[in-house]
Amino acid sequence: MKFKIKVWRQKNAKTKGHFETYTVDNISPDSSFLEMLDILNDQLVHQNSDPIAFSKGCENGEVCSGEKLKRAKAEGKALPVSFDHDCREGICGACSLYINGRAHGPENEVTTCQLFMRKFKDGSTITIEPWRSAAFPVVKDLVVDRSALDKIMQAGGFVDVRTGSAQDANSILISKEKADESMDAASCIGCGACVATCKNGSAMLFIGARVSSLALLPQGKIESTKRAMDMIAKMDELGFGACTNTRACEMECPKRVSITHIARLNREFLKGWLKK
Amino acid sequence: MSDTKLKSQIPDGPLSEKWKKRKAEIKVVSPANKRKLEVIVVGTGLAGASAAASLGEMGYNVKIFCISDSPRRAHSIAAQGGINAAKNYQNDNDSIYRLFVDTVKGGDFRSREANVYRLAEVSNLIIDHCVAQGVPFAREYGGLLANRSFGGAQVSRTFYARGQTGQQLLLGAYASLNKEIKKGSVKSYPRYEMLDLVLINGQAKGIIARNIATGEIERFGAHAVVIATGGYGNVYFLSTNAMNSNGSAAWQCYKKGAYFGNPCFAQIHPTCIPVHGTQQSKLTLMSESLRNDGRIWVPKKKEDVMKLRKGEIKASQIPEEDRDYYLERRYPAFGNLVPRDIASRAAKERCDAGFGVNETGKAVFLDFKTAIERLGEDTIRERYGNLFQMYEEITDVDAYKEPMMIYPAIHYTMGGLWVDYDLQTTIPGLFAIGEANFSDHGGNRLGASALMQGLADGYFILPYTIGGYLANKIQEPKTDTSAPEFEQAEKAVKERIAKLFAVKGKKSPDEIHKELGNVMWEYVGMGRTEEGLKKAIVEIKRLKEEFWKDVYVCGENGEFNQELEKAMRLADFFEIGELMARDALNRKESCGGHFREEMQTEEGEAKRDDENFMYVSAWEYKGENTEPELHKEPLVYEGIKVATRNYKD
Repeated sequence: MKFKIKVWRQKNAKTKGHFETYTVDNISPDSSFLEMLDILNDQLVHQNSDPIAFSKGCENGEVCSGEKLKRAKAEGKALPVSFDHDCREGICGACSLYINGRAHGPENEVTTCQLFMRKFKDGSTITIEPWRSAAFPVVKDLVVDRSALDKIMQAGGFVDVRTGSAQDANSILISKEKADESMDAASCIGCGACVATCKNGSAMLFIGARVSSLALLPQGKIESTKRAMDMIAKMDELGFGACTNTRACEMECPKRVSITHIARLNREFLKGWLKK
Repeated sequence: MSDTKLKSQIPDGPLSEKWKKRKAEIKVVSPANKRKLEVIVVGTGLAGASAAASLGEMGYNVKIFCISDSPRRAHSIAAQGGINAAKNYQNDNDSIYRLFVDTVKGGDFRSREANVYRLAEVSNLIIDHCVAQGVPFAREYGGLLANRSFGGAQVSRTFYARGQTGQQLLLGAYASLNKEIKKGSVKSYPRYEMLDLVLINGQAKGIIARNIATGEIERFGAHAVVIATGGYGNVYFLSTNAMNSNGSAAWQCYKKGAYFGNPCFAQIHPTCIPVHGTQQSKLTLMSESLRNDGRIWVPKKKEDVMKLRKGEIKASQIPEEDRDYYLERRYPAFGNLVPRDIASRAAKERCDAGFGVNETGKAVFLDFKTAIERLGEDTIRERYGNLFQMYEEITDVDAYKEPMMIYPAIHYTMGGLWVDYDLQTTIPGLFAIGEANFSDHGGNRLGASALMQGLADGYFILPYTIGGYLANKIQEPKTDTSAPEFEQAEKAVKERIAKLFAVKGKKSPDEIHKELGNVMWEYVGMGRTEEGLKKAIVEIKRLKEEFWKDVYVCGENGEFNQELEKAMRLADFFEIGELMARDALNRKESCGGHFREEMQTEEGEAKRDDENFMYVSAWEYKGENTEPELHKEPLVYEGIKVATRNYKD
């Protein structure tokens, strides 16, 4: 398969970014989307290491030389595209990418790393952008800084229990339904697709997933109101937006975490707010 | 036989009393002194995150480093099936002793007995703690915890959270870590890669790390350093490890004097999705839990194989009597639940004999037909739904209708930094935990035991044992990172980086890494021979030379640069691969995942040589172009009778 790849290039957070277009050829339909990017990058490495090949590739695959070639090199067009990725099994949450206008691409319920080229039309142009959100500054190209999500978790996304102080694991019964629902919420992978998709840049689904997962279990229930208050306060502080119930987050969540968890978060928050 | 530097420090007394005894011996550090002591933890997987959280709770000052943008991305997150513990909740006569026996036997009598017993002992505490953290383990209708079976065991002792157990346990450890970060006892350094270990007076005192986002090289000091950076399976290029998983941190420790234990022991997991072509970047694991209900087979008749390869028939059209359920045939007692090394070799044996079922001839079937008939599709969907979905995404095949195709792939490394009973390496003040050390799994790790070991080390073992070392450091001031040792180490790191950029060859790091992977898989993979291993050493050296002559590293150091990261890790992979081959060559026996083709029984089973090889090989670095020196830690078994592994009856 052959594709035109229109990809966001940005040297770092301080510089302005722009789109650059490249061509990739001989892509197997069984290759994953990230493998396609690996191939593009390998191509770009060779364009650097081998100036003759590079002169053919610097502008949409056309030959260029002299000043044009120099400029292309200086602009970093020929450097490999940076993108976050790690497990490539859809679970670590490292991969991101806005592909053809959707978080994690055109398929529902998959992460970018689990997206395969057979889902794209041969010969088409694929547009790739980083997560766009005020809370996620660009590090380079398609890589963004999602440490704000860690900061929210640090504000209260835990049960305050010390190692070695727990009683026997079967001493507190938990109904299967509750455990299953808690697990549904806990399947959030922290990729940030919800934030990137939300028109307000809200992290409510991310927080809702954590608060709800713990609130459903007796172990997490004790702190659940405080947890909700602390995490939401941190979210506001870090420049995320508010929730206006568009449900876009749920639609684009690769793990289909339901917005009912936002409702549970709101209940916990309200309880705390009323107490105040 | 005894080696002066290799002191395993195993406490005296009966097996079941050893840990109790050691805990009583360990000096305790007072809260006021803990506040003055600093510990560096490298890696935020189950072992690293749990250790940092526990050390933070105890009052130490902890700095934790991870190469990803968040501690939660560590590859422990991808573990699917579960975590073992000797709770005996199923009333199937399980016990600490039985878990210990299964683990030692599963490891083919090449693990350290006392460490394994302790692992089994603390396993129950892990489950208690994780439940208290809010880990949503699977439950029965009555509200009790559910269990399932895993390979190498005849009891159900595996706790699980759907097919995402690693994720849930890691999120638990990550949450505890966050709790401590909030309190200020732990400081987190995401996107930092450790590039060197700093020794002062022979003791581990800090690290040199590169800020991955900016390229800056920085120094960090402490009173002790803990390595929790996982395994080195990515030396094979294609593996189930995450793309960023690497052996470099452990390798730098080796080059600074820490011995490396049993490097040749690598686990090849039987149930992975087969390779699709040359563009492939990594392999995807299908959880071992699938072997609870899935049956593994290939056709009995070659003509069926040919028709399958040409796509003329589908697997479901082959009648029962023409199927060879080869694991059930060869190992009636354990059937499809034999340990991983055995299942992998059996698949290779059938494929080598020409019965592989896909175009490449390197695949066998994992079939749920019988289970669906017995339990219904809904039950199967509830148990494994996410795995079936993932399989379909990748292969475009609906595994409810047609069997999955699987083939073995590199998954885990049992070898690692040599540690004593206290998990301390041969460098004072340097500890290694989780997959990064060698101690608990011997020649083969049982399923659902990696999570157990990572959390046992991190929550319950290291936080105690490290106290024994730190108790003697309470008078020592904070480590001064302007010391000449730091200066020198930083300079060496910068030179190494500059050298990589200076090569300016033609090949990308990935290209050369793929070649290394091919050599490793061919000669240091599932079947190893003297001839092949010798060839591997020559080939690896040649590739290393080629790398230093012909690699091209794009960009520059002072920026986010993934090509540089790859090149640095690859530079170490050559050396790791060579040591693996050397160790495999030395170990003229077959045991666990290490199969020397010269050493097998008539039935094709691994033939151990206890008389000559019942030891841990611990390799000492002797310099760039000098052969490493082999030290031997003899293995003694008191609590279990040494026997040939038997999964047949």
